[in-house]
Amino acid sequence: MRSHNKIIIIGLIGLLASGVPARADGQVGKPLPNLTDFALANHLPALPGRVVLVDFWATWCTPCRASFPAYNALQREFGERGLTIIGVSVDQDEDKYERFVQKLAPVFTTVCDSTQGFVTAVHPTAMPTCYVIDRHGVVQAMHSGFYGNTTVRELREEITKLLEEKP
Amino acid sequence: MNRIRLITLVLALVSLALGGCANVQAWEHGALADYKMNRGRDPIKTAADEHVYFSREAATGGQGVGGAGCGCN
Repeated sequence: MRSHNKIIIIGLIGLLASGVPARADGQVGKPLPNLTDFALANHLPALPGRVVLVDFWATWCTPCRASFPAYNALQREFGERGLTIIGVSVDQDEDKYERFVQKLAPVFTTVCDSTQGFVTAVHPTAMPTCYVIDRHGVVQAMHSGFYGNTTVRELREEITKLLEEKP
Repeated sequence: MNRIRLITLVLALVSLALGGCANVQAWEHGALADYKMNRGRDPIKTAADEHVYFSREAATGGQGVGGAGCGCN
């Protein structure tokens, strides 16, 4: 009888655990999968020795749209000191991506992960999600969602700190 | 003993049922965020529905939320 109870309890815990989503910050402290391993439309800039902000966004995501001016400002402010921002669109329709990028004309690099291979490998749990990567290619921070000035303030602090480190 | 079998059977059925559930990943919400998924996209129909509910049930509002279904942020 006791062993049956144990089996039932373990089964219930298993059922509950199966519904718990994976944590997007599981990438912090580790390198992201290599961008060049995935079929991404567009050319990527040279990244070694740079502080990189990888942002996952989509044309259908309103907060993502709101984040573009902020990333433009960050790229202008920190670009010469070593920051590269890469906006990874998860849109499967590349025409929508092209129209969106032409309209907003970001000053940072954007690529389209239309096969969704890269985003599946990274597995963010919200749109947008951005990862701040140090000069050695290790993710140092993750931001799930974009909350205007709060997110920008946190990103500025993290980027400033990482840029101060020697390549 | 029969009780244990019954519980095991129920658990097995629940497991089977839950096995049919799928998590929609954050990057797969494009279809949910589509304009066509918004039930309130026809303002005239929405107003007519509101009028019917108000007339019949003295209830108004609660017809929807801002945006579609992308669940961003």
